[in-house]
Order: sequence, then C-alpha cells, then structure tokens
Amino acid sequence: MGDNSLKTRICQPIDVNSIDCLAFKEFKDSVLDGFLKGFRAAAFFGLPADNGQVRLIMILACDRQGYLRILSTMVKDSYPCLTTQAPQVHLFEREIFEQLGVYPKGHPWLKPVRSHVPYQPQTVTAGGRDSLLGVDFFKVQGMETHEVGVGPVHAGIIEPGHFRFQCHGEQVLHLEVLLGYQHRGIESMLFTKDASPAIHYMETAAGDTSIGHCLAYCQAIEALSACEVPLRAQVIRAVMLELERLANHTGDLGAMAADIGYLPASSYCGRLRGDLLNMTALVCGNRFGRNIIRPGGSAFDIDEPIRTEIRKRLKSVFSDVSNAVSLMWSSPMVVDRFDETGFVSQQTAVELGLVGVSARACGIERDARFDFPAGAFRFFHIPPSNYSSGDVFARAFVRWLEIQRSVEFILERLRCLPKGPIMSDMPPIKNGKAVVSLVEGWRGEICHFALSGEKGGIVNYKITDPSFHNWTGLAVACRGEEISNFPLCNKSFNLSYCGHDL
Amino acid sequence: MFKTIRARLKQGYRTAPFPAGISVLPQRYLGKPIVNPGHLGCDRQACVDTCPTGAIGSVGGRTVIDLGKCIYCGACQKTCGGRVVTFTRDYRMACRQRQGLIVSDEPMPDTGQIRDRIRHIFGKSFKLRHVSAGGCNACESDINVLGTLSYDLGRFGIQFTASPRHADGLVVTGPVTNNMRLALEKTYRAIPSPRLVIAVGACAISGGIYVNHAESNKGVDSIMPVDLYIPGCPPHPLTILDGLVSIMRG
Repeated sequence: MGDNSLKTRICQPIDVNSIDCLAFKEFKDSVLDGFLKGFRAAAFFGLPADNGQVRLIMILACDRQGYLRILSTMVKDSYPCLTTQAPQVHLFEREIFEQLGVYPKGHPWLKPVRSHVPYQPQTVTAGGRDSLLGVDFFKVQGMETHEVGVGPVHAGIIEPGHFRFQCHGEQVLHLEVLLGYQHRGIESMLFTKDASPAIHYMETAAGDTSIGHCLAYCQAIEALSACEVPLRAQVIRAVMLELERLANHTGDLGAMAADIGYLPASSYCGRLRGDLLNMTALVCGNRFGRNIIRPGGSAFDIDEPIRTEIRKRLKSVFSDVSNAVSLMWSSPMVVDRFDETGFVSQQTAVELGLVGVSARACGIERDARFDFPAGAFRFFHIPPSNYSSGDVFARAFVRWLEIQRSVEFILERLRCLPKGPIMSDMPPIKNGKAVVSLVEGWRGEICHFALSGEKGGIVNYKITDPSFHNWTGLAVACRGEEISNFPLCNKSFNLSYCGHDL
Repeated sequence: MFKTIRARLKQGYRTAPFPAGISVLPQRYLGKPIVNPGHLGCDRQACVDTCPTGAIGSVGGRTVIDLGKCIYCGACQKTCGGRVVTFTRDYRMACRQRQGLIVSDEPMPDTGQIRDRIRHIFGKSFKLRHVSAGGCNACESDINVLGTLSYDLGRFGIQFTASPRHADGLVVTGPVTNNMRLALEKTYRAIPSPRLVIAVGACAISGGIYVNHAESNKGVDSIMPVDLYIPGCPPHPLTILDGLVSIMRG
C-alpha cells in the first residue's frame, strides 16, 4: 500500500479534510494491496455526501504494528464490489447497499443484512432496490438433500435469528444465517432530536457487553474533546472490562459443557458466572456493568472495602472455576466431543477477518488490548492467548487461558490502585474531527467511529460489533458437521444478535 | 470418577434461599424507587430533565416515577442528592397492572389479582415460553440465570419449555422490534388459552430508551394484553423470580 492513505492510531483525532478522497480505482487497489500485506477491515461504511453521493470509508487495521489506515472514495449509485477479491468485506458491502442504496456490482450474495427501511431515498433505480436483493436462501438441490430452518424463536432463552441448513442426511452442506430481528435502529437514531442519551444505547447495543461498548464510545468521545481520563479511572475501567470477560467466558464454558450433556461443569460454571456478575454489581450496583463507564472517567469508585472484597471473592471464585474447568479437560468424553468439531482453518479466519476468541482459536495473534492498547492497557499488558487447532476445543481452551490471565490482571491491578480522582471534566467536542476507537470486548474487537461536524456535535457514528465479523465464521464452521453439532458450534462462538443487528 | 466426586464436594450446595433478604443484594444496587413527600423542598425540574426515558412526571399534581419506563440509571438521585427520588434496595417490583408501576409519594392501591380461574387451572405447575423481541441479552441472561442452581426455578414448579404448545404463558423481553413482531404474535397464538403474558424489563414494558424508534414498538402491551410487568434494566434475577412466584401464589 502506498502513501495515499491516512495513517493513524486509535483514539487519535484526525482532521476530516486530511482523509483524501481517492479515485475509486486507486481506493480499490490500495485496499486490496493492504489485505495482501496483512491489514484487515476493522470497519467499512458509507457516509451520505452532497449531490446524492456516498463517501465510502475503509478502516484498515495493522495488528502487528498497532496502527490504522483510513481510505476513502466517493461513489454515486454503484461501484464494482470488493467482496469477490476480499471476502471479509462481504457483509459490509451488503450493509452499505441496504442503508444507502449504493450497489456493489458483482456482489455474489446481495441480500439485506437487517431488513430495515433505508436511511435515505434510494438512488438505485434500475429495476428497483428489491429486485437486486436476492431474498431467498442459498439452496442445495438433489434427491437426497433437504433443508432445515430454525428460528427466529429458539427453544431456549436466547435472542432471535434464523438459521437455514442445507443438509445431506445428517451432514450440513451449507448454513446461512439470517439476522436483523433485533434491529432497533440505534445507529440511525444516535444523536438525533428524539434519541435517548447516547451512553444508554451503548449500554444496550449488546447488553452483555455494556462495558465494552461504553468504553469504546467514551474513548472516542474523550479523544474528540481531548479529555484526559484520570489514571485511577483508567484502571477501574480495565478491571470492569476484564470482569465482564470473566463472567462471559465462564458462562460460555458452562454452556458448551451443557450442550454436550456434561452437567457437572455446566452447573458449576453457570453458578460461578452469576458470582462474577455479582462482583460487577458490587462496584456499580448492576450485574451488567450499567451506569459506571461515563465520558470523562468512571462514575463509581472501587473504594477500600470493595477492593478487598473483590480480591477475596475473585480468589475463591477462580479456585472453583479452575476446579470446574479442569473436570472438563480431564473428561475424555468432553475432549472428544470438542476436538475437531466446528473447524475453521487459519487461512479462512484471515480471509473472513475474524476477530476475538474465534480468531485466536485459529492461531491468529489478534487482540486489541495488546495490539491497540488504550487506557490502562497501555501500561499493563495482557499478552494474547492463542491455540491453533481452530475447533470447538480451541475456542473453549482460549477462553480458559484468557480467564487465567484476566484473573491475574484484576488481582494485580487491585493490589494497589492508583490514587486520585475518578472523573475529569469533559471539554466540548472539537469540530470537524474523526476518530476510531477499538476495544477488545469479551467476544472480540469492538470498533467505533465518530465524526464531529463543522458546526460541532457528533454527526456520524458507526458501531462495528465483533459479531458482525464473526457470524460468517460460524456458518463456515458448520460445513461438513453433523447438524446435531450446530448448538455446540454456535455456543463455541456465542455471538451477539443485537450487537450485529443494532 | 473420584475427581468428579471431589469436585462435587468442593463446589458444595449453592441454591440460595427464597425469598431472599436485602443483604444478598450489593450495597450500590438500585431497587424500587420512592418519591419523597414534598420532594424535601427540592424543585423537581432537574430530575425531570435528567431522566433519559421521561419516567419522572406528575399525575394529579403529585410527582410520580414510572417503574415501567425507569432504566435505573440513578441519574435523578444523583442530580439532587435523592431529595425527589430515592432508590431503595427493595427488589420486589413486579406488578399485575401497568398503572401499579407508577409510584408517587403516597401508597398505591393494591395492584390486583391474576384471574382466579387461570390460577386454578395452572395449579402448582407453570410452564413458560420466552421470546426475545429486541432484548439486548441482559434481560435474557437474568432470566436464564434462574435456571442455574443458584436460583433453581424448577423447585417452584416453574419451567421454561421449548415449545409454545406446552406453555401456559409467554415471557417477552425487548421493545418488540418491527422485525420480530410477527414471530412474537405467532408464538402467542401458538400457546393454548388460557395463557399469561409477562413483560420483563423496561423495553418490554414501555419501549424503554427505544420508545421513539421507528424500527420498534412501544413495548409488549402495545401488541397484546400483558398480565405481569417485571421492571428493571435488566431486572435483578430476584425481581424476576419474585414476579414469577407471585403468579403461583396468586
């Protein structure tokens, strides 16, 4: 990739005008060249511009060196798609088409992402937008094939989504995931007249990742207003982020055990997850970390009694988690069911741009806490935890490795909290700036992009939940599997429906 | 084998007693809010303005807070040091009537009974079907946790079923997104009558922070009649358990 793109770091406000608008060919060549050199698409979206045009913005991340490149081009109603050469942008191109009506010519599977009303009057006229959207499912035909549809309502207490399997006997030949049922229209409402305060949308964008999304939002807003968060608050935020990870990873391991009928680990981990959520509630009163991460710092302090109590509880909970998880690893039945189930190769993971646990379980070193550190992670590193087998076992084992590292991190941080205030004043947001904020939530990289207007205020905000990258990973993991392994594969990814649907 | 038994001994019995005392809730937990008589001399405007969901207002000249809209962010209490609204640590907030969630500075009338006939039919067993219709997975998680051994919902005769055909009631979370409305209505119709509908969380009760969104509805009772409201964002598992058990109690 040449010098035609803007090099930046996370949480670094950049002048909107410094993002050059490239000719489309140059844009495409640079992006594809970037992918070849190991960059990946952290986000790709369109911003409405003058004269019915749309400005495409591509945020490329270089994990190894911890920097970003932002490229931009102007399109009108169509452009030759990138998906055929770079599968990782396939869902982004569908999203841009659905929201803004820009047609990615040659896109192999153009369908709605969330099935909502477009953000602006559609510019595509040839045959209308709907004629371009193939709403049917991919079908495998033949005498011995059959189709299984599951959802949107599922047999448990979970969010809605539709899964369409093409099967040959018990074997899954293809899985297509249809989402959008959870679409509440967060992005299009954010910062509008009738909207609720943005922080509450962040808390519920994916309600099990309240800390992660709020942190990404606050980092973006703080960068735009040049607010320096007090060190004590930075450490508290990092501790809360790791508590959120601990609770969810522990719950996931229990849920995976439940899906193969291994009840001891499932019961213990289910209970322990609750204990970990209660630790979050000890700090902020809410089990899901609501009301604590606020622009400028932390709304709650970890005072001496709470600090001591968390350290005490965490040691005891960790001892029980280790006990429950070690049962799993020592059971040949568990290991046999996890091994080689739901395999995703490292090459596929790279091509699809997977993030988080799903990527690290394919041996990819990719962890925003380490690659793009912000806040306390700049001073206290957590090395990425990898395992290379790419199967359910790897996704379970990476979670277990991360549990150990997070516990270590929290205990160490709480051994001696930095003194000082927990909240700074927020100066007004600077005009005409853009910023990218990355946070490694428990599922993976959360990417927020904020753009402030020439007359102040946020005029555009883009949220990319890790699940947006990873749902395709699940679909690929199920290929060739028995259909009865779907729940286990699904749980091993445990992706967010509402984080994807927004 | 021995390892499994040793683990069983180490993990111990963990099912918590119910009803639980307030002591099991964290110090900073925000439970049922109360409106202080006369606002302790405070002009309530700041609280009204700061509320993200417009939960604080006035009815017949009295200041009220609507538990069905409240997302328990505590912003009002922070604004004026709790002079108008103070959050207690009482987790029992479930109510059979929407009106009963509107709390003023005087005691509210009794919140009504589940139709006796239905209670009689359900007896000591109550099976529920859950549908998430735009829920953010926080309400879902806190319902799910009732199935763990900490709460052990089954001991009360309450169970979540995999099929609406086996269910006596429907638990709904989320503001009811447009994209989920049809599936919710179909699930409701698939449950044999008599059936109860339970709305869990601020979104399901009033639309919550999504109330003005074109992509979603204003809660479950804008679509179908609701028999029990369980407020919170998300409600604490004990709040949900208390609500569900209250149906069994009648």
